[in-house]
Amino acid sequence: MKNKKENSTLLQIKNLKIEGFSDERWHKIIKGVNLELKRGEVLGLIGESGAGKSTLGLAAMGYTQPGCRITGGQINFDGVDLTKRTDSEKRKYWGNRMTYVAQSAAASFNPAHRLINQTTESTIRAGLKKQNEAFDEARALYDALNLPNPETIGERYPHQVSGGQLQRIMTAMAMSPNPDLIVFDEPTTALDVTTQVEVLAAMRDIVKTYGTAAIYITHDLSVVAQMADRIKVLRYGEEVEEAMTRKMLKSPKEDYTKSLWSVRSIQKPEKKSKDIILEVKNVDAFYGSFHVLKNINIKLPLGRTVALVGESGSGKSTVARVITGLLEPKIGSVKFKNRELPPSLKGRTKDQLQKIQMIYQMADVAMNPKQTVYDIISRPASFFAGLTGANLRKRVIELLEQIDLDESFIDRYPSELSGGQKQRICIARALAANPEVVICDEVTSALDQIVQEGILKLLGRLQKDLNLSYIFITHDIATVKAISDEVVVMNEGEVVEQGLKSEIFSPPHPEYTELLLSSVPEMDPDWLTDLLKARNY
Amino acid sequence: MHPVVKTVLERLGLGLATLFFVSIIIFSAIEMLPGDFGQAILGQAALPETVAAFRQELGLDKPAYIRYFDWALGAIQGDLGTSFSGRNASGADRSAEVVDKIAPRLWNTLFLASMAALIAVPLSLILGILTALYHNSFFDRSVNTATLTTISFPEFFVAYILILFFASLNQIFPSLANVDPDTNFGERIYRTALPAFTLTLVIVAHMMRMTRAAIINLLASPYIQMAKLSGASQTEIILKHALPNAWAPIATVIAFNLAYLVVGVVVVEVVFVYPGVGQLMVDAVRTRDIPVVQGCALIFAVTYILLNLIADIIGIVTNPRLLHPK
Repeated sequence: MKNKKENSTLLQIKNLKIEGFSDERWHKIIKGVNLELKRGEVLGLIGESGAGKSTLGLAAMGYTQPGCRITGGQINFDGVDLTKRTDSEKRKYWGNRMTYVAQSAAASFNPAHRLINQTTESTIRAGLKKQNEAFDEARALYDALNLPNPETIGERYPHQVSGGQLQRIMTAMAMSPNPDLIVFDEPTTALDVTTQVEVLAAMRDIVKTYGTAAIYITHDLSVVAQMADRIKVLRYGEEVEEAMTRKMLKSPKEDYTKSLWSVRSIQKPEKKSKDIILEVKNVDAFYGSFHVLKNINIKLPLGRTVALVGESGSGKSTVARVITGLLEPKIGSVKFKNRELPPSLKGRTKDQLQKIQMIYQMADVAMNPKQTVYDIISRPASFFAGLTGANLRKRVIELLEQIDLDESFIDRYPSELSGGQKQRICIARALAANPEVVICDEVTSALDQIVQEGILKLLGRLQKDLNLSYIFITHDIATVKAISDEVVVMNEGEVVEQGLKSEIFSPPHPEYTELLLSSVPEMDPDWLTDLLKARNY
Repeated sequence: MHPVVKTVLERLGLGLATLFFVSIIIFSAIEMLPGDFGQAILGQAALPETVAAFRQELGLDKPAYIRYFDWALGAIQGDLGTSFSGRNASGADRSAEVVDKIAPRLWNTLFLASMAALIAVPLSLILGILTALYHNSFFDRSVNTATLTTISFPEFFVAYILILFFASLNQIFPSLANVDPDTNFGERIYRTALPAFTLTLVIVAHMMRMTRAAIINLLASPYIQMAKLSGASQTEIILKHALPNAWAPIATVIAFNLAYLVVGVVVVEVVFVYPGVGQLMVDAVRTRDIPVVQGCALIFAVTYILLNLIADIIGIVTNPRLLHPK
């Protein structure tokens, strides 16, 4: 281990200002932020998208993304002001004394090289270690990070290991030169909760063991609570507040910080219903020879919300494809109001199509960027309800009002809308068909917490007003608690458990539900420690 | 079997199938050429009986499909038939085997193509990498402008300009690239220098710009930012992190241009009076020497298919997802 003076300041950022170039002009991204980090300390940076947290994290390494520039302030790393250094001078720090762990490990590894070569590349380049020595140490790191087959996993290529493993290997890569500072940029955001637990535990351990200072960037408070000693909240490129982790969680000062908790505070009382509007019966489905769904049975009560929970690859979106007729089941059927629906989209009547509508995760790609809001919403309204001219326009305005937007939006293009507004337009498009069942596929996953809250409240109100029945597909347990009446837990193409929300969330649980529920991070800084103890790691 | 071997064999099979269809197209297209060889050789005054006998002798009276199979089976064994030319009305037969006619010409063509390729491919790769490294710089813009200029002129114009400067005004190279089988190697290189330069100027732009674009396209990838943040220099990023992932599109464009060097050089051959396959084919079409035309066309098809197959294989073996499956 390097000789590190405990408690001395490693990084000090003073009044940093960064601008980014877009739409033909410079915009302020970071508006005078101060930051201090001691050796061996972990600082959590949290905020919503656009808060400037990634820009600030990269700036801590003296790096700005193409199209960005530093317009003021200092970045003092161990006594050297990085803003005054050239790129070739900073390269001596990068991959040596400071390293970076990116959000998407899958995209951040070079597909052309073996993992161990990438893990040790910067260490060997910086001349810190000889190749054999660096390889041996990388294997030791793989072992410490609980990777399977630590001796041989490095011989693989990035596409040959899973996302969670890649994220851990990237942590090994960041640790390999034994740096003074690691910047973790949303390292677990793309992972499933059960994988996230392992990765968080591995990262926390290794940072502690080596006494490395870290900046941990995330939008998820409960994750940062496990990792950071101190938390700094950012908004619109400015600091909102900063405090020690426990203090911040217990008594946040600013309203904005409190609002970051908000989605967790929606609690919907569940309601039972006897009338079943939609039923998936004994469905088996395949992608080619791959068995995606195995004997799926799901009942959707009228005017209620059934949440479909599971990790990526569990088959929950495939259920939606079967219900909508995009994928024909091999065995089994879908019944709507006790009448069997034709298995494929082509066989269904206009009326049957109209009754089941879908809303997608990525509002961006679910809308044609060349169409105005009017074009997008009016198309199903004229196709299904046969409206034209002034009536059609009236209906579009009515739909906009239902989603809390006004007439002024009618001529806008999707690129002129915010993420939350885009998702609202997608909701309006689904409503335009006068559906009875709406399938929501991860509709809030790409949105910030506060925006999520707004969308969930809107969906709740629409359900009441229009007596809609929802199938709500999500991997996020907080969302499930906020919106559902009933819950279906899925794993590897099978239904693990199904029942009222209160039943699913209270023990005893089947093994998988237990694993899933216990893996959801809680707003308690001791949660990870306790969980690992309970699981006997 | 390793999936890469399987994919390569699949591509090979597809290549052979393509060749089969192309051979049918070549044969049918030539069937449709206007005019009759017998009539053309024997003259308008020939008696219908004489023409019919002549056609029978050449096997032209048989149905088309039988002639196709005779030809195709022969071609597989390396026999492209006997040239029609060298015969005349008096019945004298000094006709040659098509293979013997094509072989020396093909050798010349391949020699010129290889020479142009040996200059052009490394040149465009190096220029492509350098322009990617210094993209949007003055150097980048100059190279782009220069290569675009040379590709924008017709080949014969480029050829005459080179002749003007390097053969007429300064007598460095000969303006005629007349070689024969007795020309020695050094002399051959000297005489084919100007046509090779002409071809180089014509094909560099395409390959260089694709190399540049493929690399720059990858520079926006997250793993390039990762490489930067691990302290890699710009040169290292381009050579070690971008280039290995850029071979597939580059190889495709190189194959395309190399194929052009073999099948598209007839204009350059004419300007420099170079005895290549292109000229031979044009002459054969003029004299309705069907077996020679068919032979040349078949060789061109094989060249195209083979080079594209090689590009495909390069694309496969440089893709770790295919080379190292899960």
